[in-house]
Amino acid sequence: MASPAVVEPLSRPVTSSAIRSFLGSVPTVDEVAVSERVAYLATRSIKHASKATALDLAIRMVDLTTLEGMDTPGKVRQLATKAIRPDPTDTTIPSVAAVCVYPTMVPHAVAVVAGSGVHVAAVATYFPSGQAPLEVRLADARAATAAGADEIDMVIDRGAFLAGDHLKVFEDIVAVRESIGSAHLKVILETGELATLDNVRRASMLAMAAGADFIKTSTGKVAPAATRDVTLVMFEAIRDFHDLTGRVVGMKPAGGIRAAKDAIRYLVLLRETLGVDWLTPDRFRFGASSLLNDLLRQVRWLREGRYQSDHHFTKD
Amino acid sequence: MSDPIPALPTVDWSYAPSVESTAIVAIPAEQGLWIDGSMVESRSGTTSTTINPATEEPLGVVAEAGEEDVDLAVKAARSAHDSVWADLPGRERAKYLFRIARLLQERAREFAILETLDGGKPIREARDFDLPAAAAHFFYYGGWADKLEYAFPGIEPRPLGVAGQVIPWNFPMLMLAWKVAPALATGNTVVLKPAETTPLTALEFARLTAEAGLPDGVFNVVTGAGATGAALVAHPGVDKVAFTGSTAVGKRIQESIAGTRKRVTLELGGKAAHVVFDDAPLDQAVEGVVNGIFFNQGHVCCAGSRLLLQESIHDAFVAKLKDRLDLLRVGDPLDKNTDIGAINSAEQLERIRRLVAEGESEGGERWQPACDLPERGFWFPPTLFLGVAQSHRIAQEEVFGPVLSVMTFRTPAEAVEKANNTPYGLSAGVWTTKGSRILWMADRLQAGVVWANTYNQFDPASPFGGYKESGFGREGGRHGLLPYLGGVA
Repeated sequence: MASPAVVEPLSRPVTSSAIRSFLGSVPTVDEVAVSERVAYLATRSIKHASKATALDLAIRMVDLTTLEGMDTPGKVRQLATKAIRPDPTDTTIPSVAAVCVYPTMVPHAVAVVAGSGVHVAAVATYFPSGQAPLEVRLADARAATAAGADEIDMVIDRGAFLAGDHLKVFEDIVAVRESIGSAHLKVILETGELATLDNVRRASMLAMAAGADFIKTSTGKVAPAATRDVTLVMFEAIRDFHDLTGRVVGMKPAGGIRAAKDAIRYLVLLRETLGVDWLTPDRFRFGASSLLNDLLRQVRWLREGRYQSDHHFTKD
Repeated sequence: MSDPIPALPTVDWSYAPSVESTAIVAIPAEQGLWIDGSMVESRSGTTSTTINPATEEPLGVVAEAGEEDVDLAVKAARSAHDSVWADLPGRERAKYLFRIARLLQERAREFAILETLDGGKPIREARDFDLPAAAAHFFYYGGWADKLEYAFPGIEPRPLGVAGQVIPWNFPMLMLAWKVAPALATGNTVVLKPAETTPLTALEFARLTAEAGLPDGVFNVVTGAGATGAALVAHPGVDKVAFTGSTAVGKRIQESIAGTRKRVTLELGGKAAHVVFDDAPLDQAVEGVVNGIFFNQGHVCCAGSRLLLQESIHDAFVAKLKDRLDLLRVGDPLDKNTDIGAINSAEQLERIRRLVAEGESEGGERWQPACDLPERGFWFPPTLFLGVAQSHRIAQEEVFGPVLSVMTFRTPAEAVEKANNTPYGLSAGVWTTKGSRILWMADRLQAGVVWANTYNQFDPASPFGGYKESGFGREGGRHGLLPYLGGVA
């Protein structure tokens, strides 16, 4: 894509009133019409070669995730091994995009994936609530990058957003951005807590203006996590932001996407909103764990004409 | 901002054709007329061939009913009315309607494919809209059949007699359902004349009524062109005329029945305004506008064919609209991923081309997305006309095709004035976040339906019909019973 000069949407220093006026220019969202559009695109019939292409692409877009209190080095090593070669019986299956872990687990993931092209993403900034002093959150992010994470998934301060303190949300993101060097920044909006699609659209614009490389729906710790309605609204925000500034921002729905069929519906939504320019793991990711095995199962079905049971796919 | 990830190439992902199989549909090579419960040969002896507008290939031969045939059909309907149907208790009539509705649901896929083959509409629409809505109408009016006394308290409702119904080619099954369901529910019998380019589903529906055990003669089909319709409307044995189609034919029908006792409802053309204010949810409004004009290739009487944009958002909105039109998938109607199918007939394609050429010669700026159209069949790409003035013909005449005229306004009052500045008054759309403005607009727009922050929503319980030259009478809802009832004040 030809990239013309990038325009900053907000001149520095950024003030509260500048942000208010910037967010005031964001179009409102009609939730009923969003659901209708999403339902319409869910009827797309993806078969044969186009299904094979979609499954391959979806596998390459997975951020293979484990985010549990009980995560151990052993668990993370197994997950990272699977990330490189998802199906040991089939070498044509590509690696996934990244493994996504807590900061303490980053060294164990890095040790496995180094040199493979698989990235290591760390959820940082006091994930999932973000309710800690800024210096604690920054230290968390710095520690993750120092340990070798090249992607940081941060959470925004939803409390501040809902209280109307958009400047604080903005400044937090800028501070994280500055503290993680060249690492890739994904900003988690936790859309399940923002509740309305109007909020989702405004928070998306705010995060992008503050320097997000990706915007991401959810932590996976709050229900609802990713939905296609929310994702469509975030795609539309990304499109508007690109038109406004020339900057390309990626998108990551995360949480609750378990079926290959569902993943393909997200890709349809992507293709028919942002277009083929976004059909790359550089611009779209799935935050998921169990999705990968269903994608593998569907690939196997396309190739062999039958479904395999669960125990043909590795559990990590 | 540096990007640490090496740029991975994008994937040019296109959808493989996903074509609905036509194996379950059997079209008789030659079909007669459905009169008095069976398929009979026409007395007229003349026939016509119905074709698939997407391929121009013939689908089957159908009869063209002459005056004698129409007379037989009306007599069969009269006899069934007098001997069995009119005096059947409402709860018994209801059973037939429910049975028809259920059979339509069971055979929905078959009817949807037939509708797409004969009419050119995308299978997705026939499957997800036309057939479910048609079945819903029979369910809905089946529910009214034994409650007519409660619908209009204080009056003893009586059927009028024989209803002569003439329907268009844009939604053959749905228009059939809109007409036939309330007529049967109220105890009338029917002679239906489907459009000449789309007779197949009506004939298949006739066989379905036999499957449902509907008494002979209650429902009759006479196929043919304008002359057949004229003969039906003019037949002295017809008590009630219901017509959906062009305003020109509607006027001729009114002339032909003037001075007779016949009751009439007309659902005619439209040139609906779709008004978008600057505070609208813009991306959803773009979807609404696209749905409003490109649904069913724009072959919709209530299509939102005039886009009125608040001037301050014109450029941004048109840019979004163009981006969206680039994504529309035009092509094989049987492909489940097709958004826009074939134009219904060579005649209609010719009319669209003529009006578009006139629009250009008047100074409108035509814009069309790049799209490959099939070589055979009747096709027209989705089209925008920018810089349209209220005085352009493209802003006044009904195109009945995928053509949207874009105009601007400055104030709400100006939007209302422009929206109403047409001989038609069937429908209108308003997009704004302000609830009070929606109500203010709805009070002032002269249109039978005003959709707010949506478009093309239909429900059997909701009446539909026009103002001014868009016709009179309502179809759907309790209101839709009235045109079929005598004994009502």
